[in-house]
Amino acid sequence: MTLLKRSLQAFGHFWWDFLIGDTPEFALATGIIVALAFLLRHHLLAASILLPLVTAIFLLASTYRGRLRAGPENADTEAQTPQTS
Amino acid sequence: MHTSSTLVLILAVFGASSVEMVEALTIVVAAGVSRSWRSALTGAATAVVVLALLVGIIGVPLIHYVPIDTLRIVVGALLLVLGLSWLRKAILRASGHKAPHDEDKIYAETVSELSAGSGSSPGAVTTSDSSASPTPTSTPASSKQRDGVAFAVAFKGVFLEGTEVVLIVVSLGASQGRLGVASLSAAAAALVVTAVGIAVSRQLSEVPENAIKTFVGIMLTSFGVFWVGEGAGVHWKGSDLAILVLIAFFALVTAGAVKGMRRLAPGKSL
Repeated sequence: MTLLKRSLQAFGHFWWDFLIGDTPEFALATGIIVALAFLLRHHLLAASILLPLVTAIFLLASTYRGRLRAGPENADTEAQTPQTS
Repeated sequence: MHTSSTLVLILAVFGASSVEMVEALTIVVAAGVSRSWRSALTGAATAVVVLALLVGIIGVPLIHYVPIDTLRIVVGALLLVLGLSWLRKAILRASGHKAPHDEDKIYAETVSELSAGSGSSPGAVTTSDSSASPTPTSTPASSKQRDGVAFAVAFKGVFLEGTEVVLIVVSLGASQGRLGVASLSAAAAALVVTAVGIAVSRQLSEVPENAIKTFVGIMLTSFGVFWVGEGAGVHWKGSDLAILVLIAFFALVTAGAVKGMRRLAPGKSL
């Protein structure tokens, strides 16, 4: 495998992990928030309320989902991979 | 640009950089103690130079050639993904659903692998592909000799941890036209963490990492929502001061989430 190919793979892997990783719902949330921002750009009050609210809803839903996934048996996983902060 | 948003920018970048640098320091100290200080420090310094070059190569053209509204939407989206991810982890850790980041454990494992010579493959120490088989080909060098393993482990540790810092510096710095301020904040954090690390000659396991991560996650998420709105054409009431309102809102949401999640974890405490 050439150095270029490996570098491209590593680059792609980094961005996949960063944007999708184990929380694809945040990528979805971001897409929705961007779309919502465009839809509500002329409605200041609605935008001021809905943009943070939708963000908070996705955060809470994902955290609740994370609670179900990160049981005690998975609790140590994070500490074993120092590069994932 | 208001002073308040610049201050928030400095705090966000400083906090994020501190967290990442503490993690990188653990790896560098482990490589220095078990292999060679000279090579470990050279590896760390080389990684810092490469990261600084990345900021210049990526950040400066972004400011000059990408339309500001497009830049703000892209930056806001990136900050949202990063900030929400940090907040989620911080809430899970603070509520006892996830083990805290254990620098002592990482340090002990890294030293053990490097000292034994069985962890000579840098990838076995600092990457998630720890299943890769180690290659016991090199032995610890004296502190004055060059040690490729110590160099590679330290370089990789600092580079990987620093990549997120580069993203934050470029994102926040470019979107506010404050790339220099953001870079200086990151550099200051690196210097402070390094100085403290040298002073105590060990990894910094006492740093309240989750608290800093929560704080930074709130800031990144707030900036993300703000910039996505600005880029799309939403003119926030109070202009940049709206960031402070968003920070307060997400701080409340986070506090509520931690409290609520603790209730769902009977028998667990911080």
